[in-house]
Amino acid sequence: MGKQINVALIGNPNTGKTSVFNQLTGLNQQVGNYPGITVEKKEGICKLSRGLKAHIIDLPGTYSLNASSLDENVVIELLLNKNDKDFPDVAVVVSDVENLKRNLLLFTQIKDLEIPTILVINMADRMQRKGIELDVAILEERLNTKVALVSARKRTGIEELKELILNYRHISTEPCLHASVMDPEYFGRLRKAFPNQSLYKLWLVITQDVNFGNVNRHSLTSDNSFHTKSNSDLKRLQQKETILRYQFINGLLKEAMTVDLSTATDLRIRIDRLLTHRVWGYVIFTLIMLIIFQAIYDWSSYPMDFIDTTFASFGEWSRNALPPGSLTNLIVEGIIPGLGGIVIFIPQIAFLFLFISILEESGYMSRVVFLMDRIMRRFGLSGKSVVPLVSGTACAIPAVMATRNIENWKERLITILVVPFTTCSARLPVYLIIIALVIPNETYFGLNLQGLTLMLLYLLGFGTAIGAAWILNKILKIKSKSYFVIEMPNYKVPLFKNVAINVIEKTKSFVFGAGKIILAISIILWVLASYGPGDNFNKAEEIVTTSHTNSQIPEQELEQEIAAYKLKHSYIGIIGRGIEPAVTPLGYDWKIGIAIVSSFAAREVFVGTLATIYSVGSDQEETIKNRMAAEVNPVLGGPLFTFASGISLLLFYAFAMQCMSTLAIVKKETNTWKWPMLQLVIMSGFAYVVALIAFQVLK
Amino acid sequence: MKLTVADLKRGQLGIIKSFSVDKVPLKLLEMGCLPGNNVELLQTAPFSDPIYLNINGCHLAIRKETALQIEIEII
Repeated sequence: MGKQINVALIGNPNTGKTSVFNQLTGLNQQVGNYPGITVEKKEGICKLSRGLKAHIIDLPGTYSLNASSLDENVVIELLLNKNDKDFPDVAVVVSDVENLKRNLLLFTQIKDLEIPTILVINMADRMQRKGIELDVAILEERLNTKVALVSARKRTGIEELKELILNYRHISTEPCLHASVMDPEYFGRLRKAFPNQSLYKLWLVITQDVNFGNVNRHSLTSDNSFHTKSNSDLKRLQQKETILRYQFINGLLKEAMTVDLSTATDLRIRIDRLLTHRVWGYVIFTLIMLIIFQAIYDWSSYPMDFIDTTFASFGEWSRNALPPGSLTNLIVEGIIPGLGGIVIFIPQIAFLFLFISILEESGYMSRVVFLMDRIMRRFGLSGKSVVPLVSGTACAIPAVMATRNIENWKERLITILVVPFTTCSARLPVYLIIIALVIPNETYFGLNLQGLTLMLLYLLGFGTAIGAAWILNKILKIKSKSYFVIEMPNYKVPLFKNVAINVIEKTKSFVFGAGKIILAISIILWVLASYGPGDNFNKAEEIVTTSHTNSQIPEQELEQEIAAYKLKHSYIGIIGRGIEPAVTPLGYDWKIGIAIVSSFAAREVFVGTLATIYSVGSDQEETIKNRMAAEVNPVLGGPLFTFASGISLLLFYAFAMQCMSTLAIVKKETNTWKWPMLQLVIMSGFAYVVALIAFQVLK
Repeated sequence: MKLTVADLKRGQLGIIKSFSVDKVPLKLLEMGCLPGNNVELLQTAPFSDPIYLNINGCHLAIRKETALQIEIEII
């Protein structure tokens, strides 16, 4: 068992900090959450020498120690809390050679905390192309640190960096800029009141509104030994701090860096001219969204079908291989399909995150935000909400996960809450069969009515999502920064390793996070459908067989009838019949009631459940359709599926929150059951009311 | 009349003169938006909002409401 030191990786966004992290740790990393908040915590292990390992934390990207988001709070909280088990022995600040000036601002702040700090200058391979020359000796001397020139892309400089981390004790902890120059009088009094604390730390505690473990902000500000400043005075001082730091950095870089613009070639201006163009920008964005949509909707159907058949045959095989009994039934009918229901989402999630990682890595995502911000802002959404909303049309689960890119919590929450309104692919089988039943297959003015209805349903989903966002924006009182400053990073070819690790991480977090809940609920639903009270359920076989003693029917038909009888008297059947009074005003009977209840496992279950209830052997669409068309409304007489009840059912499925997998992922992403439960109640309640009105008006 | 970043036309260059302390986010300063620095308008989205700037080598986009707070001198 060797010794271990804590290393914190800190840096501006888009400096390639995560690439450096990936190079240091490889797959030897794990992603979790900071307790209580939804900020990702990435940590990994890197072997430095035979006896020493480094425990590396990849802290969220930040531009400075003046926090403006939860992510940035995490950085400050860790750096100020010496008692934290992750408190770094050495900080590594990652900078990008092209934005060195801006990156050094953060470096000087970290340095002033008196933690040994190493400066990594990443993307060093670009120096020549950009005509940049650096005098590392001057940088090291003036910044009182060690510098590592690294290219995570070309994998150079990583060993040197490890060497520096190994010898961290030799790095000076002398600050670059003494905080007291900001306001000598004020800081003098501060020094007198707290002689044992680092001045810059005290300053951060006073100005930052974050939780601190050991230094309490209130005790500090209520201390009467010195009077505190007003908020606007503090802000002025923070500005002064920034200006002072930039003066120091400008002076330093004048000596240490030369940029020869004549040798610099700049592609970005030309690419930007096209990608952020008022017309072409949107055309290209639409094309990219179409490809993503195609991938999630179409390409992933092949692996999904494969997973589906594999799990089905695995289930069959287990039934034959295991001794008959309730345990086997639980495994074959509950657990295996439950697991299948989790695994089946993997292709869609992997495809979506493959594209999203590429868009993020390449720098294109910032351009999307730029293009869409104005339009989405009106509805309380962000430019970044576009990707989740469009991918929600395939499946809400990867879409909810994709909202992690939205920094503003209110915008992110609204996006998560409205995404399930978009028409996901699981609604499609339900829509198709109902449309085929109640909408005539006729063509008017070259438009097929059935196709038109389907299109209207897609538009309805999207429109409702936008409308709901607008309302939520009005009623949700969440304090969040309203300003908008986004960096437009230079374009880069995405690194395969970064993309691959991201796709694996996101898939893992779905399987092990939401997967558990999905499995649990599918087992509960299976139990409800496979057990029932009393003789009607337990003696179903006898009862059905006796009713047919006089007539001969084929064995297969008899079995189906038994299954249907059992389902009717199972717990879920009892629930279905129990809610019949509630669904009758919507134009449904108890059988549709059961189908709706079981649809809460997943919407596409609707068709399969009706197939079982109507005791149709196969779930061939044509057979079920004919059987459904023959159903009679128990109250009104006449066919059950009329235009009115059909539209009512379509609207119910359009609005109701009927997907436990989505609820599970919302719980995971928001860290509370509050929001998924609100979605469940409000969306389903709204669906009920709309379906009720539709049926009563149309019947 | 005071000129602000919002008055820049595409490709035009200005020098930042001053801004109102309470209305401009600190983050913008940290990204290099300081008095004396050059600012160039690279691109605008439809309705001139948001706008895409190059401030002293740092490429960023801000909304019009923020741009209106930054006074400049056009060069």
